[in-house]
Amino acid sequence: MSIATAFFYIFAVVTIASAIMVITVRNPVHAVLFLILAFFNAAGLFVLLGAEFIAMILVIVYVGAVAVLFLFVVMMLDVDFAELRAGYAKYLPVGGLIGAILLAELLLVVSAWTIAPESALRIGERIPGDVTNAEAIGRVLYTRYVYFFELSGLVLLVAMIGAIVLTLRHREGVKRQNIGDQVARDRTAIEIKKVETGRGI
Amino acid sequence: MEIGLPHYLSLAAILFTIGVFGIFLNRKNVIVILMSVELMLLAVNINLVAFSSFLGDLTGQIFALLILTVAAAEAAIGLAIVVVYYRNRGSIAVDDINLMKG
Repeated sequence: MSIATAFFYIFAVVTIASAIMVITVRNPVHAVLFLILAFFNAAGLFVLLGAEFIAMILVIVYVGAVAVLFLFVVMMLDVDFAELRAGYAKYLPVGGLIGAILLAELLLVVSAWTIAPESALRIGERIPGDVTNAEAIGRVLYTRYVYFFELSGLVLLVAMIGAIVLTLRHREGVKRQNIGDQVARDRTAIEIKKVETGRGI
Repeated sequence: MEIGLPHYLSLAAILFTIGVFGIFLNRKNVIVILMSVELMLLAVNINLVAFSSFLGDLTGQIFALLILTVAAAEAAIGLAIVVVYYRNRGSIAVDDINLMKG
């Protein structure tokens, strides 16, 4: 068994085990931590596949942003998570049945499938052998797929504006600086008194 | 035994099933449901990158980047909705989300 094969099985087993832990552990903080472990191992699988750029982006985006966001929300909300687990056993049989059927179907598809020979002629963007993965992606991402790239930027912009609009709240009774009011003050707003030297007002 | 495309596709199928199963299992907890959706998107990404690598076509990795972006946006919006909902109702149980039932 070669090193790559051994690493595939290590990464695959840890990914699946931590994914199972994500959906079964009691404490949602632990679930987030197992999610991070799953993403790290998936990044390892991507490195094995020769997609280093996607692997590093996966670690940065998921572990650095999404998982921290989940941790934030889980710790910020004062929710009784034990109560939310009520009915856990009730949904187990139907969930297990549907999961088993779905898995059996997917594995049947995977085992019975072949690549059409003419598909090799329809390759959109062949992976160049002489440059690194990041450089190869950079060459096509800003030229052929530039609209894709701008579309994903737009998606992120809309998500950012949406999240801000949703969570922004104006509280009543809070003193705020109003720059317009300050600038619009004229001289009658204050009274200037001449104080003679050596005397009080 | 050499690791081929079917290995990666089976792994992605198992991961996707775990995601679906997680939604059924934690029907009341929105946060775990969102995490299950993230697992399903990760499975899709594994499929795309595996096909890209074994067919020698870079397009799959570009698609995976787009899915990564959409997943991040989805998590941000979803969690913002959870926070707003908690502020209004003091609970995040899925069963309580029935304000628009009429």
